[in-house]
Amino acid sequence: MRRMKKINKTTKSNLITYAIVIALFAAVQILTSAGAISSLLQGLLVPLCAYIILAVSLNLTVGILGELSLGHAGFMCVGAFTSAFFSKCTAELIPVAGVRYLFALLIGAAAAGLCGILVGIPALRLKGDYLAIVTLAFGEIIKNVVNILFIGRDSEGFHFSTKDSLSLGLLPDGEVIVNGPQGITGTPKDSTFTVGVILILVTLFIVLNLIHSRSGRAIMAIRDNRIAAESIGINVTKYKLMAFSISAALAGVGGVIYAHNLATLTAQPKNFGYNMSIMILVFVVLGGIGNIRGSILAAIVLTLLPELLRGLSDYRMLIYAVVLIAMMLFNWSPKAIEWRERHSAKFKRKKQKEV
Amino acid sequence: MSFISYLINGVSLGSVYAIIALGYTMVYGIAKMLNFAHGDVIMIGAYVVMAAISGAGLPPGVAVLLSIVCCLILGIVIESVAYRPLLNAASSLAVLITAIGVSYLLQNVALLIFGANTISFDSVVSVPAVTLMDGALTITGEAIVTIVSCIVIMIALTLFISRTKSGQAMRAVSEDKGAAQLMGIHVNGTIALTFAIGSALAAIAGVLLCSSYPSLNPYTGAMPGIKAFVAAVFGGIGSIPGAFIGGILLGVIEIFGKAYISSQMADAIVFGVLIVILLVKPAGILGKNVQEKV
Repeated sequence: MRRMKKINKTTKSNLITYAIVIALFAAVQILTSAGAISSLLQGLLVPLCAYIILAVSLNLTVGILGELSLGHAGFMCVGAFTSAFFSKCTAELIPVAGVRYLFALLIGAAAAGLCGILVGIPALRLKGDYLAIVTLAFGEIIKNVVNILFIGRDSEGFHFSTKDSLSLGLLPDGEVIVNGPQGITGTPKDSTFTVGVILILVTLFIVLNLIHSRSGRAIMAIRDNRIAAESIGINVTKYKLMAFSISAALAGVGGVIYAHNLATLTAQPKNFGYNMSIMILVFVVLGGIGNIRGSILAAIVLTLLPELLRGLSDYRMLIYAVVLIAMMLFNWSPKAIEWRERHSAKFKRKKQKEV
Repeated sequence: MSFISYLINGVSLGSVYAIIALGYTMVYGIAKMLNFAHGDVIMIGAYVVMAAISGAGLPPGVAVLLSIVCCLILGIVIESVAYRPLLNAASSLAVLITAIGVSYLLQNVALLIFGANTISFDSVVSVPAVTLMDGALTITGEAIVTIVSCIVIMIALTLFISRTKSGQAMRAVSEDKGAAQLMGIHVNGTIALTFAIGSALAAIAGVLLCSSYPSLNPYTGAMPGIKAFVAAVFGGIGSIPGAFIGGILLGVIEIFGKAYISSQMADAIVFGVLIVILLVKPAGILGKNVQEKV
């Protein structure tokens, strides 16, 4: 009987998370049809879906695996570019947008996941600080590579170059698909808010089920004490790599959504650089490390708030920085913990007296 | 001949990395934390010099001294406000995220004060360039000053660590904080001193970097900072000669990569080096392989 209750508790908590997403979706739909949402905010909805997926997936690395990844934007970039490349190449071949998008998603996620494994194998043998730096390095490398990559297509097939679009040597019927720093232009705009919300639900389903599975418990055991976990026979590398690559693949999904919402996809520091990785980290930290629902809410609040308070837009990044420092100091410094405990104890005592 | 001039450029850039890496390595050795904000202290140092010279009209020497003092104070403030409360925190992630926050904060404060535009930085070095081999090889004054100051700093720091009481205290704290405290060493003070020295070095590195590569914006420090960390890992983190060797090697690799492979891929090559090192010899060239105690 007690066991039933326990299972119900996690399921209930998961269902609440799904319900929040669906309720928010419904609310947005109602407000849109009532005309209460400005076009500016409507333009933010699809990127917001991408950010939520990124925040949830980064929380898998930071909160559940307990390692810091600063290259999340890099995985997003991989997902975005591979899927946009695919969609553009097959725009005529697969006329049905839904089918094409599904393939683009799978390809984007697979490519990002593969990069996750490639980065993870060397990096996960090391501890915290090194992983952070390696993932950061990976993000920068990806951005560099994308910016010098030129790919064109003509009747003879694909042409590659790392110099410029002229050196591709295309035939007159050819077209440049990836144009170095100018990126990919003319990706079909297949991402919609509805698709984004469905993908958020899928992401949540994957992450929440992973966390509550046997593998998830193994991953959390490694986070809490690696040596103890190893000593009871948990394969540390396998589970670390598993969590990391799933997180990377989901970041790729975020990238796919992001890419299919833009007319021109370029890799700039602003969208796929260090700043983006930090922004996602801020979502995770503000929402609560390890708390999936918190990540969703933090992503929503922090994306919409600066748009609603236009005057603050100059200070947005500054506020992010202060939020990071303040949250860490308040949550983790031994003195703050002591202070909090003392005050909550006082509060509890007062309550008891009243009763 | 171009090979030699690339080599000199590489050693000069590497000397800057080495000076920055010294700060990383010292802080890492003693506080066991990665000071992400170190690179941004470089940027602040360069801005202070620029403001002092073009804004207040001070002579370059005074401006550099002022910048060193400013960064020294900044380092101590960062340490005492952001890092010290987390020194004994249960989660090592907390310190790392705080450091990222501080780095981000410095960048954005600079962005608000100085604006996002890249400004050109007038070299503070007045040493003339040296021409060798009938004009086939020119060594800029900046390169000479950079390399010489790196060597001087290196020697001074080694002497400081090995000969003085404070240096001894630093080594003791990095070895075992608890035992050092029992021996009557002021642990918090020693850590603050390390941050102060590291930040002062960052100011010097900032001036030298911006003298050789005369452009300055709020993100100037981030990339060299990260590369210097790569250099510190390369040489073996926690080791002072290691930071020196790692810095020089990384500078040479970067310049050769730029010259012979691809100028746009230079950053990617540097980071590729990091990944290879971590795969082959995670402790670095001169690093000690510390056995983990259970």
